[in-house]
Amino acid sequence: MDSALTIILICSLVAVSGALLGPFLLLRRMSLMTDAISHSILFGIVIGFLLFNTLDSLPMILAASAIGILTVVLTEMLFKTGLVREDAAIGMVFPALFSIGVIIISRFLSNVHIDIDTALVGEVIWAPFDTIPFLGGEVARGLVITGAIALVNLAFVGVFYKELKLVTFDSALASSLGFWSGGLTFALMTLVSVTAVGAFDAVGAVLLVGFMIVPAAAAYLLTERLSVMIGLSLVIGVLGCVIGYYAALAIDTSISGMMVTVLGVIFALVLIFAPQRGLLAGMLRRRRQQWEFAARLLVIHVLNHEGQPNEGDELALATVNQHLNWSPAYAEQIVQRARQRGWLDVASGRLLALTPDGRQIARETLA
Amino acid sequence: MDIGTLIRDIFLDYTLRTVVLGSVILGITSGVLGCFALLRRQSMLGDALSHAALPGICIAFLLAGENKSPFVLLMGAAAAAWIGAIIITVITRSTRIKEDAAMGVVLVSFFGFGYVILSLLQSSAGAGQAGLDKYLFGRASSMLQSDVETMVLLSAISLGLVVAFFKEFKLLAFNPEYLRTIGFSFRRIDILLTTLIVISIVIGLQTVGVVLMSAMLTAPAAAARQWTNKLSHMIVIAAGIGAVSGALGAVISASAQRVPTGPTIVIALTLITLFSLAFGSARGLVWTLVRTSRTRSAIQHHTLAVPDIEPVSGGD
Repeated sequence: MDSALTIILICSLVAVSGALLGPFLLLRRMSLMTDAISHSILFGIVIGFLLFNTLDSLPMILAASAIGILTVVLTEMLFKTGLVREDAAIGMVFPALFSIGVIIISRFLSNVHIDIDTALVGEVIWAPFDTIPFLGGEVARGLVITGAIALVNLAFVGVFYKELKLVTFDSALASSLGFWSGGLTFALMTLVSVTAVGAFDAVGAVLLVGFMIVPAAAAYLLTERLSVMIGLSLVIGVLGCVIGYYAALAIDTSISGMMVTVLGVIFALVLIFAPQRGLLAGMLRRRRQQWEFAARLLVIHVLNHEGQPNEGDELALATVNQHLNWSPAYAEQIVQRARQRGWLDVASGRLLALTPDGRQIARETLA
Repeated sequence: MDIGTLIRDIFLDYTLRTVVLGSVILGITSGVLGCFALLRRQSMLGDALSHAALPGICIAFLLAGENKSPFVLLMGAAAAAWIGAIIITVITRSTRIKEDAAMGVVLVSFFGFGYVILSLLQSSAGAGQAGLDKYLFGRASSMLQSDVETMVLLSAISLGLVVAFFKEFKLLAFNPEYLRTIGFSFRRIDILLTTLIVISIVIGLQTVGVVLMSAMLTAPAAAARQWTNKLSHMIVIAAGIGAVSGALGAVISASAQRVPTGPTIVIALTLITLFSLAFGSARGLVWTLVRTSRTRSAIQHHTLAVPDIEPVSGGD
């Protein structure tokens, strides 16, 4: 198989797993658990290696995943003591496990090929050359592993979609209906661990964390529906793979690093330009509300002073700004807006006058 | 190595003295600032910002030209981490994305970008020899006198500011609304504290590296919390715990073969923290258990002592 296609496929399969699990982690505020797990499985890989003397076998993956689960369990136990909060519990557990892993590697396994540096960031560029016999042909090992993991994740989310949704959005209801939400969370974290270990070798921990967190966060700004959020995460993840791959090739740099960078850029674009929840949309909305508020203030002012003896001063186009404490330019803009909306007219003698619409708006606002 | 030689080496051996000093300074600074991070539930901020520092180091390396002093690289690190902190604040303040996911996004995007630059540098300029990768995992044993001088300076500045703004930081941690009502700018104090946390991260990058920095900020504070209910005491205890684990880690890794300093410091720290969680005088688990079982047995005794209030059937 073409090596470019293999690399993109492997990364896309990790993106599939990330899109399936990431949204649930994000909504349950467990995003940083992926980061913790991806670091502490280094210890798991060391244990797996010491036990099975190989870096690539099913028992190895299971042993390493067990350490990922241990991270979750220890964090939970520490949190349950009531002595530290959850964030602090995460921040203490994974560095400890990671440290044990690093010490074992540098003390006892320095002649074995476990490069901590590569393990963390990963270099997917070698993945196409590491093949195993599969269904009568030679297939990249990373492809088989990440494909199998993506399938497992797909099956899990497919079968338990309703339950996951319920536990995520209303865990109290889920418990009262008799769902074992602890068990579902545990299964979710187990899958995160297995995915992390599987991806660890092929693409590295950073890319995995990127696929778990970033597409879900971007999708969260674009939709209100969980199913759409998962779909969008998938699209963003795969987009990151494809663009990242060719960008990395173009300037000859780390593929994993570039893919995560592209994901970051996509997130930044979504953060700024998302139709409803983006920064720009928010700014425009606030600006519009400001205009709207000022225009309403103006029509109320006119309503209060029309027909009064001092209306010649209060409502004159030239002096109205002083009574509302606005700058002349700002007052002019607001008058313009109110006229555009059909609330105001400029009557004879350059006085502001209400239209029937404007009168109604002013009354409604005051009511 | 026996104890006598060890103590002599700490004072006379250049490498050991440098490493011990550097680790102790890191332990004190991160211990103090970690207390505020812990109380504000921002323990993972250290993890996020230390990852976010990577592109800053690399860009500073690119721009620095001939003068690639550690100070220049660390300023780059600080700038990137600081920008990361601002972005986290913007995301959490203006969208519905929660802090943990915002930290995750910044952490991984910045780190990925940093790695892109790092691998460009490594393929072209031989940055490996220039020691860029030592910031990833920390390489305390390669610290120089000049590194330690930089660390002392940064640490003195940030500890001085903590003393100067102690009251404001205390309010920020316990009652930010009150801080606002009495006329302080919440945002300014928040930014100042974040800046100091960034400085402590920068100090830690060379010693323990990116990954282990979160433990340096979290564990001393979490351990100290178990011994006292008073912030000023907590800070002093956290600084002490940070310093002791720094020194222990440095000495142990120097006296054993092929044991890296950063992870050893973290292991020492973790053991001290576990001990504190169990035996801490203010909230330790063991004392809580003892108290609970005493109360329970007292209640049992009282229950036995109380005469049966039910009227005895067939009595007078």
